[in-house]
Amino acid sequence: MQLSRDELKRAYERMFLIRVFEERVEKEFSAGNIPGFTHVYLGQEACAVGVCFELTDEDYIGSTHRGHGHCIAKGVDVEGMMLEIMGKASGLCGGKGGSMHIADLKKGMLGANAIVGGSPPIAVGAALTQKLNKTGRVAVAFSGDGGANQGTVFEALNMAMVLHVPVIFVFENNEYGEFTTQSYACGGVHIADRVRGFGMPCEVVDGTDFFPVREAMQRALEHTRGDKGPYALEIQCKRFGGHYVGDPQVYRSEKELVEARAYDPIPRFRRAVSEAALLSEAEFNEIESAVQDRVDIAVQSALAALAPDPATDLTKHVYVKYA
Amino acid sequence: MSKKTYLQAINEALRQEMRRDSKVILIGEDLVGGHGATGEVGGAGGPFGQMRGLYKEFGADRMIDTPISESAIIGAAAGAALTGLRPVAELMFVDFVGVCFDQIFNQVAKFRYMFGGNARTPLVIRATIGAGKRAAAQHSQTLHPLFTMVPGLKVAMPSNPYDAKGLLIQAIRDDDPVIYLESKSLFGMECEVPDEPYRIPFGEANILREGKDLTIVALGAMVPRAERAAAELAKDGISVEVLDPRTTSPLDEESILESVKKTGRLVVVDESPPRCSLAADIAGMVADKGFKFLKAPIKQVTCPHTPVPFAPILEDAYLPSPTQIEMAARSILD
Ligand SMILES: Cc1ncc(C[n+]2csc(CCOP(=O)(O)OP(=O)(O)O)c2C)c(N)n1
Ligand SMILES: [Mg+2]
Repeated sequence: MQLSRDELKRAYERMFLIRVFEERVEKEFSAGNIPGFTHVYLGQEACAVGVCFELTDEDYIGSTHRGHGHCIAKGVDVEGMMLEIMGKASGLCGGKGGSMHIADLKKGMLGANAIVGGSPPIAVGAALTQKLNKTGRVAVAFSGDGGANQGTVFEALNMAMVLHVPVIFVFENNEYGEFTTQSYACGGVHIADRVRGFGMPCEVVDGTDFFPVREAMQRALEHTRGDKGPYALEIQCKRFGGHYVGDPQVYRSEKELVEARAYDPIPRFRRAVSEAALLSEAEFNEIESAVQDRVDIAVQSALAALAPDPATDLTKHVYVKYA
Repeated sequence: MSKKTYLQAINEALRQEMRRDSKVILIGEDLVGGHGATGEVGGAGGPFGQMRGLYKEFGADRMIDTPISESAIIGAAAGAALTGLRPVAELMFVDFVGVCFDQIFNQVAKFRYMFGGNARTPLVIRATIGAGKRAAAQHSQTLHPLFTMVPGLKVAMPSNPYDAKGLLIQAIRDDDPVIYLESKSLFGMECEVPDEPYRIPFGEANILREGKDLTIVALGAMVPRAERAAAELAKDGISVEVLDPRTTSPLDEESILESVKKTGRLVVVDESPPRCSLAADIAGMVADKGFKFLKAPIKQVTCPHTPVPFAPILEDAYLPSPTQIEMAARSILD
């Protein structure tokens, strides 16, 4: 299906926003403004944006430790995210969660998840709610290629079939789980083949290009919303950088790192859309500068914001205070 | 003898035990790192580097990198231990025990007893513990009470590089399953560590500082904090004994009671939420068996009953501080 000019703008804006946001996260991390561990989504922008493009705030996603891109694609506010990543009181989780736990239930974002394989069972439950409440909405479970080896994921795949719930499993195969390749760690090599073993349709998609991801997701949505049961996508993509920000990546050659950058989904989108004369250079530039401004504002606001107050915030949100 | 960090002490213990006994194998995620990739294989030696350099010496047969499948890692290590190998399995963060509870609690811990004493499970499960690294709720817990309450498991919590080496060697030579908990915040800590292999027996507390007015029992990363509090109190002429049980299972009850008998006062410091903590366990034991020695109520210094928060200011307030320990001590001295 042909996208309108507005839709093309929205797709580019989201992907570019993830790119600029994550590059800024790396920069602020190096400057010491971001505590803890953080995993960025650079190189995978087309996956999240393609998957979330047709989703509404009433559809749910469950994310991973590499969750910033999923959040942005789902429409979560980048200022709230940056505040959270910097551990500020006005962050999306009050500074209690940080990069690996950003959640925004109003946007249907059930949380980044620092336990590999943590989200897929939860997404099955979110899909069960949709089924019982007859909402017509779906739940999407993101996992990595590494996560595809976790027992919880197998259980979730099987149970989704048995319960016949509207859930879409998205496996982002970026070729690595931490420092180990997917080819080493995945017996049988193809994640999609395993998923099909459960009787679930699974498409293999080029995740370095927005358009096929979005189209595959349209088929997935038609299937699940049409009460035909769960669906899955194995989206192949590249992780541009290290596992975490600061990873020295001794396990990857310089050549591989350079080659990965050749699969950049952002210039690819821009080239394709420009060649088809659907958006002008001026329009692209306008989107880019607006995105830069948004991220700048988010960072300035987060840097200036107040930290939580231990006296009131530390023990808040647990039912009882013992000490 | 030379100065070594906690991390180096762990590395040395693993290396020496692997050299000594070819049945000792390591199994876990990214212990080697780089399999199937275009760069260096084995360069990482684990996300924290405890295994650095070991792959070169021992190769892929004895340094087994696995998929991200904790249940299968622990289960396979258990099966290998039951049948003659001496595996050292790794959970990168102790929090990941959440996905392999069954293999540890229902399987490994039960074999010897449930099989009428006929099974041996010489398995070590290494895992990192502790808050302070801004790693948030799912990567910062200190779950020693969970393991301690399960009969059939032994639990070691080294609080310095010397103990890290000696307890790990003991754990590897032990014929029972041992949970060996590495405090992330101590990885850089340095002290004199003998070059040759040595073991520290389980169930033997270490008295780090002798005193007569008050006993502080502390575990893992809380030990250096207790020592700082003791040094502060010493400035006011208060003589504090600092005792580190080193293993929570078995627990050296005798040394704790002995110390309380001498001082009459007890503060227990535990990096754990208060309910069902080791602090509560030790306080309960002393109230039960040593009530007559006590001149004042027992004080427990623990984390609050909350998950570990992300924001640095909250996380710092979460952890028991030397000042809190000092205040608790003063509150039963006045
Ligand atoms: C249960 C569990 N095991 C191990 C880890 C440590 N860990 C965090 S991310 C990661 C790799 C995940 O790889 P993949 O699923 O491919 O996601 P990617 O990082 O490529 O996005 C590992 C092993 C964890 N967080 N949780
Ligand atoms: Mg991956």
